[in-house]
Amino acid sequence: MIKYLVKRLFWMVPLLIGISLISFLIMHLAPGDITTTEAGFNPKASEESRQKLRELYHLDEPVLVQYGLWLKRIGTLDFGTSFASHQRPVFWQKTDDKGDVTKGMIQEALPVTLLINVLSLGLIIMAALPLGVISALTQNRLPDRAITLFVFVGFAIPGFWLALMLMYWTGVVHDWLPISGLHSLGYEHMRWPAKIWDTLQHLALPVFISALSGLAGISLFVRNGMLDVLHQDYITTARAKGLSENTVVYGHALRNALLPLITILGLSIPGLIGGSVIAESIFAIPGMGKLFYDAVLMRDFPVIMGILTIGAALTLIGNLFADIAYAWADPRVRRGVMQ
Amino acid sequence: MTIAGLLQRSSFLSRTLLISSLGLAILVGCSKTPVGDSADFDAFYPPEPGGTLIDAMAGEPSGLIAMIAGESAASAIASNIFNSLLKYDKNLELQGELAESWKVSQDQKTITFKLKPNMKWADGAPLTSADVLFTWKVVTDDKTRTPYGSDYKLVVNAETPDALTFRVTYPQPHAPALDSWAGLQILPKHILQGQDINTTTFARHPIGSHYYKLEDWRNGERISLVRNPNATQGQARIERLVSRFIPDSASQFLELLANNIDFMNLNPIQYARIFPSRPDLSKKIALYKELGNNYTYLGFNLKHKPFDDIRVRQAINYAIDKQELIDGVLLGLGEPVASPYKPGTRWANSSLQPYRYEPEKALKLLRDAGFEDHDGDGILDRNGKPLAFEILTNQNKQREMSAVLIQRRLKEIGIDVTIRVLEWASFLGRFIKTGEFDAVVLGWSLSLDPDQYSIWHSSQQAPGQFNFIGYSNPRVDKLLEQGRLELDPEKRMKIYHEFAHILQEDSPIVYLYAGYGLPAIHKRVKGIDNPAPPAGIGHNSYEWYIPQPLRRNEISAQ
Amino acid sequence: MKRGLFKALSNPLALSGFMIIVSILLLALFAPLIAPYDPEAIDVKGILLEPSSIHWMGTDGLGRDVFSRMLFGARISLLVGIVAVGIATLIGVILGAIAGYYRGWVDVVIMRLVDVMLSIPTFFLILAVIAFLTPSIWNIMIVIGLTSWMGVTRLVRAEFLSLRGREFVMASQTLGAKDHRLIFRHLLPNSLTPVIVSSVLGVASAVLVESGLSFLGLGVQAPQASWGNILTDGKEYIQFAWWLSLFPGLAILITVLGYNLLGEGLRDALDPRTSKK
Repeated sequence: MIKYLVKRLFWMVPLLIGISLISFLIMHLAPGDITTTEAGFNPKASEESRQKLRELYHLDEPVLVQYGLWLKRIGTLDFGTSFASHQRPVFWQKTDDKGDVTKGMIQEALPVTLLINVLSLGLIIMAALPLGVISALTQNRLPDRAITLFVFVGFAIPGFWLALMLMYWTGVVHDWLPISGLHSLGYEHMRWPAKIWDTLQHLALPVFISALSGLAGISLFVRNGMLDVLHQDYITTARAKGLSENTVVYGHALRNALLPLITILGLSIPGLIGGSVIAESIFAIPGMGKLFYDAVLMRDFPVIMGILTIGAALTLIGNLFADIAYAWADPRVRRGVMQ
Repeated sequence: MTIAGLLQRSSFLSRTLLISSLGLAILVGCSKTPVGDSADFDAFYPPEPGGTLIDAMAGEPSGLIAMIAGESAASAIASNIFNSLLKYDKNLELQGELAESWKVSQDQKTITFKLKPNMKWADGAPLTSADVLFTWKVVTDDKTRTPYGSDYKLVVNAETPDALTFRVTYPQPHAPALDSWAGLQILPKHILQGQDINTTTFARHPIGSHYYKLEDWRNGERISLVRNPNATQGQARIERLVSRFIPDSASQFLELLANNIDFMNLNPIQYARIFPSRPDLSKKIALYKELGNNYTYLGFNLKHKPFDDIRVRQAINYAIDKQELIDGVLLGLGEPVASPYKPGTRWANSSLQPYRYEPEKALKLLRDAGFEDHDGDGILDRNGKPLAFEILTNQNKQREMSAVLIQRRLKEIGIDVTIRVLEWASFLGRFIKTGEFDAVVLGWSLSLDPDQYSIWHSSQQAPGQFNFIGYSNPRVDKLLEQGRLELDPEKRMKIYHEFAHILQEDSPIVYLYAGYGLPAIHKRVKGIDNPAPPAGIGHNSYEWYIPQPLRRNEISAQ
Repeated sequence: MKRGLFKALSNPLALSGFMIIVSILLLALFAPLIAPYDPEAIDVKGILLEPSSIHWMGTDGLGRDVFSRMLFGARISLLVGIVAVGIATLIGVILGAIAGYYRGWVDVVIMRLVDVMLSIPTFFLILAVIAFLTPSIWNIMIVIGLTSWMGVTRLVRAEFLSLRGREFVMASQTLGAKDHRLIFRHLLPNSLTPVIVSSVLGVASAVLVESGLSFLGLGVQAPQASWGNILTDGKEYIQFAWWLSLFPGLAILITVLGYNLLGEGLRDALDPRTSKK
């Protein structure tokens, strides 16, 4: 087990370097850089100032030299400062001599995206479990068909279309929910229960829409997993033993059907930090999706590299956890052969 | 599988459903209480201080030091925080802001500004000519990463004979000088002295001298400005300005409809089709129209054949129906353009008319240039090469639509046009800078000074400079140089009128239109000048007010 | 396989999916014959007209007939979906077969490559690349294809690995059959089931991705019509010019639904484990 862990962790370093190198090269294939996008086409701007900016950011040096410089900084977990948002550190906050704190960009965007994704995942699982179980138990009959249709419709609706319609309905026609943004005005002055409430109200629609499209995958997974398990011999044995249907379904079948769910959850970790740029744009939520998209358009290399690298690292760790969790949860694997 | 089994399962299911619907009900029930749509917004209310004005921006500033930040979002907000020496009044005449008066010397090379006395910064420190000198030093410093230094670098000598006097000397008369001093936001020396302007946190915690100071900046969400008690120009009426960052225009519109924002720039369809069809909207939101200081054009790469031939350029000009563009793209909310200036200003040559839509004339010119449909495929050709080119534009709805309309009209006379829409940085980096393009649909946002040296002078064609179409005309060069030296407005006007005349004949670009800005402002905001004066409705925004009965419920500090 | 298809079609949902797909394919195919107007015919006097007997689905911001644009847009949206999935499947099958058959270091390299590609959220990749290249139809198809082959690779590799251990493979090898014969005549055909299911589902995803790219301005460009860009054009007028959003939105919904229903129906029918006892 330990050997396995060590080998996996060992593999992560070259993988991360590989990912970051590939990302760096792809980025530099793009035409233009931060000096093109900043004040790009204002007749008052001059070419000399752009050239100076280029030198400051080492943009005029060969690509591999730039990569080497970046790699050196990463060694100290310093992801640098954004090109486009002046003085904002890419990852973690900096305090200057006056005591003013400037928050890091990823530091502020990541929790927002994480919150939305975790809530969404929670909502999905809460809905997918009962839906999947019912579907499996009523296979090919009306409830199964209706649920399948429903989750597929949820997947098939173009997200921004549904979002705008719901925003209009809940925010303009009726005054039920806020339309966009993350916090109301005056949020700073609220007490913490009101703050939580306010945030939940603002996130209700984005979480709902995100969950709706992810529901199909997980509920079908639960359904098929249950079907798999329900047809196994040990289930017939349990029934033959005279156990109640409830115990059979929930006590045995469901538990075993859920094991692969852990793997799926582990595999959805890269999705957790990848905010949907479309949803964040529509709902004006400052998350990782928007951060990445803006950085790409502005050719803000430190931010792009920061997000891709941290994202890749989290994914690899997530996969590792998923594998370990599965191995631990499944007694067969725990005792048996590790591939 | 049995009914009993299902019922037992349904208890689990119904439990889940019950909890979720309960949660949803609570979420939905506890909503905010807005100012109802029932208030009478058209009644008269006397001016009074207070209230909050909320508007929406698509982009977030990168910092609040305008000379460093560069993007329009930054200067829009920074212009509420900082003063310049001069400003423009409602008729676009220069007026003193920090300066009480100014004098141009006999030889026209020196300008002396007299500052107003007893001015203070928001933190109470005195504002003097030392701050002006300091700001000038910063903007002209080679180490400062500003794109805007060129105008100020022309100054050979800047001095402050006393605390209320600032004097600059130029090597020769420089007509755009005064305009440049209206555009330089003065920074506080006592705070910024000794700091690196490029990395100082002042950009996120600015101290200014204008009507507002920064209250709070929530990254990615909003910036709020609050009234500055030490403001040098007096007190604005509205207590608080909040700018929310809402990237999507559809979402902005919904927020406007729901009374959550007070100000939004509309597009022609919202202005001319949606609002008229919704009388309930017109009860609470007022629409305004102001001609912007910009124009949209089709530019030719003069170094690519066949655009080096004046007949081809003029032919294309005759083949495009500009009124159709204004009707189709702007729903009529625009003006035709015949000079590279905002229509109706003194710099625009009112005796010039745009090329009329005359496709037969266009065909004749092309025939003269040797283009005929020799092979009968519907496309004109010359020496075996078809008359075909590609129009590039960036991701701007109006420019895309204009390109589509142009494509159709040119097809009718046998020119084959393809359109490519590009993301901005790629557009500039891969095509404009390298000169690898045929034609572009773009716009120029103009300054209030008529000098257009950097756009049209033949010396400004290096990669990254603004004469990227490659225009070179010695007479125009001379006029542009003269225009920079001539301080007398009447004489200057004649110079630029002649300049426009030559451009009209040469047709290096096809002027398409100048669109109206279409602000929609909630009727709770009073005191707006309508119809908009030449400077736009925003010129007296400090005099706007929001009467008590019409204000939002605001959660204030405990 | 054919048996599987018929079995799938006995499932009413999958049958509906199949019929939806066929109808849309037919509409797309015969678009030039069915469309009442030229989809690019501009009419500056008839901007944003409501649906009527003259314009069944109304007109758009430049006066073009929405119904005709929807028909031609069907071609584009379906083309993007099918070609993108085709590219992804081709790459996935090749890499998965090589990895599954030859194993060893080839397998390790390919699977690590899969890991790397999966580590970067797909939409990010697509976004970044399309922003750099110009957003043309071909670029969109290629990029979507290049970023969705990973699932297919894993599936094919898994099938190959499990099939390899079977007797007929060992028998063939004993008889001296060459590698490529084994791969093409035996292993591949038996591995195709999950690939087909995944391809059908992949078309659905590609259609959704194209509409997302249109929203960001990186999808199919003017003046060509795609459902994604018609929907995006109409997003600011949802309450007013509802026809600009309703029809493309419904079209995308129904098409994606159809592909998903068929795909899942096929999976159900062809997978022995989930069939009813």
